[in-house]
Amino acid sequence: MNIPKDLKYTKTHEWIRYQPGRAIVGVTDYAQHEISDIVFVELPKVGQEVSQGKAICVVESVKAAFDIYAPISGTVKAINTALEADPALANREPYGNGWFFELTPSNPSDLELLLASDQYQEFLQQAAHES
Amino acid sequence: MQATMVHIKKLPLHEFHQTLGARLGTFGEWEVPLYYSSVIDEHKAVRNRVGIFDISHMGEIYFEGRTARQTLNYLLSAQVDRLVMGKALYSPVCNEKGGIVDDVIVYQLGEESYLVVVNAANIAKDYDWFLSHNLKSAAIQNRSEEIGLLSIQGPNSLDLLKSIFPYPLEQMKYYSVLPGSNPWKNVLIARTGYTGELGYEIFLMKKDLTDAYSVFLEKGKAFGIKPIGFGARDTLRLEACMMLYGQDMNDETTPLEVGLERTVFFDKEFIGRSALIQQKEKGISKKIVGFEMLGHGLARHDYDVTKNGRSIGRVTSGSFSPTLKKNIGLAGVLLEESQMGHEIEIQIRQNQVSAKIVATPFYKKTTTGARP
Repeated sequence: MNIPKDLKYTKTHEWIRYQPGRAIVGVTDYAQHEISDIVFVELPKVGQEVSQGKAICVVESVKAAFDIYAPISGTVKAINTALEADPALANREPYGNGWFFELTPSNPSDLELLLASDQYQEFLQQAAHES
Repeated sequence: MQATMVHIKKLPLHEFHQTLGARLGTFGEWEVPLYYSSVIDEHKAVRNRVGIFDISHMGEIYFEGRTARQTLNYLLSAQVDRLVMGKALYSPVCNEKGGIVDDVIVYQLGEESYLVVVNAANIAKDYDWFLSHNLKSAAIQNRSEEIGLLSIQGPNSLDLLKSIFPYPLEQMKYYSVLPGSNPWKNVLIARTGYTGELGYEIFLMKKDLTDAYSVFLEKGKAFGIKPIGFGARDTLRLEACMMLYGQDMNDETTPLEVGLERTVFFDKEFIGRSALIQQKEKGISKKIVGFEMLGHGLARHDYDVTKNGRSIGRVTSGSFSPTLKKNIGLAGVLLEESQMGHEIEIQIRQNQVSAKIVATPFYKKTTTGARP
């Protein structure tokens, strides 16, 4: 399972690449594998305000729909329109061209609630043991 | 008060599927493989090569004796009279109101022997229904527990089966059945399926399932075989426009409303006949149509269908179509809103997304006969 060191993670399997004033969000390699064939992504709207932990967009596989949650609060600055034409990008390149949206963060302290890569890895291992 | 325990049933090959890497999910009361590699890859394997499905959850109910044929002709809406030995017939089973109790395939195996294959979720319901409407005392036996069913579907299915069975399978017509005892005892090979592809369904004793599945997988390697889960089973049947009981039809819908009038033979006595005659004379008020999404989104079972903001029906099945690379579905809509090419909207979460009524089936293989 690919869990890049330079990203932060949520327990709902989103990743965030955070720089002051700018944050890119997508779903993790684990998430894309669990969802399997991604055939549709309903992205948020540019300018939309989002709150940490709230559902903000939807990913659909052939069989089911999954909510994607905002890892931090902020305003949607850009969306990855390439996903509309080729949703499977999120399967193939979850940390690259398969990114979902970019946020302008409103509250830098939101980051404190996120997991570092080793913590996320540990979280996945725990979840695997419990199931 | 004690919570009701839902008993989850497992396929006889459950552990075997796990060793193949199956991703499990529930289908009614059953825990089944949803997919092994990916729904889309498995779907393509069946369309282009060959796939193996374990559908041992399906029910097998035998009708035997002098009155078996007469009894079936009364229980089923289709013309059982025209069935001959070695052939199969698709038919609804209706209640007195014309509602569909189940949709089944009946295979004639002998002079006085018939196998009725029923949907897994309906085994107990159907068996009770058959027994309580068994006016001529046919011998009705539910053998679902002892019989397993594997389905081999795809353009390479014939060549694969010929490499295993010593029978002239190339002579088999669509909707026919051949009994055999080699290489497994009491095997039935039927040219039926739920994919719209050339394919066969193999009935076996449950004790032979593991061996048979292993042999199909091993011999199938040369033909590009893949194990196929219930995810692709659903996308394949939807493209071929084969309806799913409990989703596209139920006890409240009649064969006329779901486009199955061809399976109703009015010139005989059968349960539901007078209600269906009445409905035919009066005309139906709703029907099932196929649609494809024009706007961005996937339609799912039970989503509302609207036209200019007015509700006109509900989606019964919806999915991405791996063959057409479009989002498609079936919906039960008011007759006056059901014409071909008509634009409708599907309520997807907060949005009304446009869709268009299109001809069905969505996918048709020219070498496969249409479902009778």
